[in-house]
Amino acid sequence: MTAPFPTHKQEAWRYADLDALKPVWEQFAEPVTLTVASGESLEKIWLSTSDDVQLRRVRLALGEGAKARIFALNIAPVYGRIELEVTLAEGADFALFGANVGTGVSTNEFVTTVKHVGPGARSRQTIRSVLGGKAVGSYLGKVEVARGAQQTDGEQSIKAMLLDRGATANCKPELEIYADDVKCAHGASVGELDAMQLFYAESRGMDPASARALLLEGFVMGLWDGASEPDTIADAARAALRRVVR
Amino acid sequence: MLDITNLHATVGGKPILNGLTLHVPAGEVHAIMGPNGAGKSTLAYVLAGRPGYEVTEGEVRFAPSPFVPSEFEGRVSTSLDTNEKGEALDLLALSPHERAAAGLFLGFQYPVEIPGISYLQFLRESLNSQRRARSEPELSGAEFIKLARSQAALLGMDAEMLKRPVNVGFSGGEKKRAEMVQLGIMNPRFAVLDETDSGLDIDALKAVGAGINRIMRAPDKGVLLITHYQRLLDYVEPDRVHVLAAGRIVRSGGPELARELEREGYAEAAA
Repeated sequence: MTAPFPTHKQEAWRYADLDALKPVWEQFAEPVTLTVASGESLEKIWLSTSDDVQLRRVRLALGEGAKARIFALNIAPVYGRIELEVTLAEGADFALFGANVGTGVSTNEFVTTVKHVGPGARSRQTIRSVLGGKAVGSYLGKVEVARGAQQTDGEQSIKAMLLDRGATANCKPELEIYADDVKCAHGASVGELDAMQLFYAESRGMDPASARALLLEGFVMGLWDGASEPDTIADAARAALRRVVR
Repeated sequence: MLDITNLHATVGGKPILNGLTLHVPAGEVHAIMGPNGAGKSTLAYVLAGRPGYEVTEGEVRFAPSPFVPSEFEGRVSTSLDTNEKGEALDLLALSPHERAAAGLFLGFQYPVEIPGISYLQFLRESLNSQRRARSEPELSGAEFIKLARSQAALLGMDAEMLKRPVNVGFSGGEKKRAEMVQLGIMNPRFAVLDETDSGLDIDALKAVGAGINRIMRAPDKGVLLITHYQRLLDYVEPDRVHVLAAGRIVRSGGPELARELEREGYAEAAA
């Protein structure tokens, strides 16, 4: 039986493009489950296709001391959604590096729930959005720390750049903590390019438009630094940025 | 080569430079020394065109001969005789990237970090932008890497560092060395070096000093060396030393002035 179709009243679907989702809902209704056994590690690179609507709904379970790194590029032309529910057992290590790059009237979003169930686990979520036109880019992320998950180390770093007045960024990092010895950091910013970086690039000979394009590239490309084979996702991200930064 | 006349500048509405006049002829290295807050870095930023550093009075003429990029022809002054060919640019009318293309280089006191962009990409794009503006052929990837490697080696820097994001994770000394590698790659006509010696240990100081001499000591080039201390001047002998205080040059002399300042302090020497 297909899961019920979501509504905007549900927090996790608040910014979703439900009209675009409706015709294809059945094929995405059930999340995919990935399990990383104790001591094992997983690295995934998620690229976008050219489909108008693209969803990834993944449940990821990390066993004791397991590691997972996910690099995700979210650049659907109409609606892209990357939804992750991650469970971390003792000493597990999870990292998500994601980018929303959008233009036109597209909506791209990351929706995550990271559950620290066992003690001493670490999670890192780094999301960068570059949005032009009337595009929407969102991050809704909850970090839950269960009772007894002491020495949890969770971090969310969310930044967005808006290139046009009509573009929108939504950032909503959330923490729900039931243990007393934890470190959970989160930072969100929606801003302009760094004026000093721009001046540095221009002082070296780049005209303002080239300097801006280069810095936007850096803003996103830094995400892939830790990938074992970053070339494909880096090329795809660069191509997406070129469409947004003209 | 660089002629600054009665320069007044404000930052955030506050006057910092108050009628600064300074002439650096081609082939010379001039040192500017002065206490904290005298306006040394402001002068460097004004020359490079940093936004927010507003010139309220005065002018700066820059004569980067022998070449004058074709795109600047309209802005070349014909009425001044500031250099041998009469080709002096109104520097303050140019935007920062045009100043770079005209041959001006600013060595930053605090080099800026740019995550996600490798030094190689940053510098290749910079150099080729300059070359395009001067109607010179661009360097291919291979040509550029060769140039970058040789310049890094001359400064005693591991060329592998140039694959890393711009200045990210570099120590203070490594950043300054990297600025000098940039100087070598850009090979400018005129360099303004803002406290390039701060944060350097003795070995790095020697390497940087030798780099400045190698790259910039030429009859058609000039250097303005901004520093707090005498020590860099042991390696880069200045032709003239100027004392900057309260936004203007209060005293000028030969290299011996730097030693006098070191001995007696600014308050005494500037009095």
